[in-house]
Amino acid sequence: MGDSAYSFSLTTFSRTGKLLQIEYALNAVANGRTSLGICAKDGVVIATDKKLSSTLVDLDQVSKIQKINEGSGFVYSGLGPDYRVLVRKARKSSQSYHLQYREHKPVSQLVKSTASVMQEYTQSGGVRPFGVSLLVAGVDADKSPRLYQVDPSGAYFAWKATAVGKNYINAKNFLEKRYQDDMELEDAIHTALLTLREGFEGEMTKDNIEVGVVSQADGKFRALTPDQIQDYLDETS
Amino acid sequence: MSILEYNGAAIIAMTGKNCVGIACDTRLGAQAQTVSCDFRKVFQFNKSFVGLAGLATDVQTMNNLLTFRKNLYELREEREMTPRVLSNLLSNLLYEKRFGPYFIEPVVAGLDENNEPFLSGMDLIGAPVYTDDFVVSGTATGNMYGMCETLYKKDMEVEELFETLSQALLASVDRDALSGWGATVHIVTKDGVISRELKARMD
Repeated sequence: MGDSAYSFSLTTFSRTGKLLQIEYALNAVANGRTSLGICAKDGVVIATDKKLSSTLVDLDQVSKIQKINEGSGFVYSGLGPDYRVLVRKARKSSQSYHLQYREHKPVSQLVKSTASVMQEYTQSGGVRPFGVSLLVAGVDADKSPRLYQVDPSGAYFAWKATAVGKNYINAKNFLEKRYQDDMELEDAIHTALLTLREGFEGEMTKDNIEVGVVSQADGKFRALTPDQIQDYLDETS
Repeated sequence: MSILEYNGAAIIAMTGKNCVGIACDTRLGAQAQTVSCDFRKVFQFNKSFVGLAGLATDVQTMNNLLTFRKNLYELREEREMTPRVLSNLLSNLLYEKRFGPYFIEPVVAGLDENNEPFLSGMDLIGAPVYTDDFVVSGTATGNMYGMCETLYKKDMEVEELFETLSQALLASVDRDALSGWGATVHIVTKDGVISRELKARMD
């Protein structure tokens, strides 16, 4: 990776034992728009705020929630272009897996390989860490719903519910109060929308948020259409 | 002289009612000379069996490669490889050597995650065929196809499957100079594997 003149890593230890590039990458994530996810007992929901800088922006043409393979999807907070590189790599690795084994790559394996890629960029020559934290939603090989967070360092965590990006502390507190182990997917979607609304600047509509869902029943990840989002918004008001 | 016929082998796999059976001869030869009579060509991977007929060095190498891949898979994925996945993996491994192939013609037999029988056979460059009755491989395939076609019935119970598989294999290898000299049979059911050595003509 990188020019042959750059055979040394740019991410180096400080005296106190920190990797400052990773800390700074986490700052970039904390400045990004909020994303959150909730793992219900029969599925997973991920959602994000899609507000962009001006009313002239054509919001339907860009989507933050992306399907990676049949059973998994990503959303992020942080730098969009870095995210798109990870989405490409994750999709390719899922297809390679399928070519080898004729089975869909389970979400837990997808997370491990994506995290491994992100870690490589903290220890290779001439590159910088990815400025994104990913939230990965999927149904695993044993049919259990899973929600993972993957950080710029390559560390990954499995969550029942979590939030990343701007305002994540308030969002996580809100989620902690509302989360229940036996929550169903429909309740989780409502809770996700309520949580998103908490920190939202201005009015939250079907066009300025995105929601992605995977249910245990069919194991397929899909991004909701604006009309479907509107139905859920109507139910929550 | 064909490379696939240098060492000699005979393998049959068959499905039964909620079980599969796989049998192989145990001869290892160097053309006409018999070198060993306990060279097994069938290897177990949890609830799946892989039978490898062909050049003995490649039989051993592929067994080692499959063990390597199966172990890594189980460590990473924390689950067992189903026979279908194993079969596809084997097919991929063979095609990777498309222009300098392993000289083996494998069969895969096992019970899948729902304990349903699974069979597949493939050629030396990995072209798979999936059947629900029987697959054969080795130097006596003509004989084995004839025996299986005649003796096979659907939904045989464990004991009957064992008899059928044994008789089909024994009769086939007796008319083939390069295979025989002992035989092993394995029957896989959801409760476990039953393995037996057959009393065969040692010639």
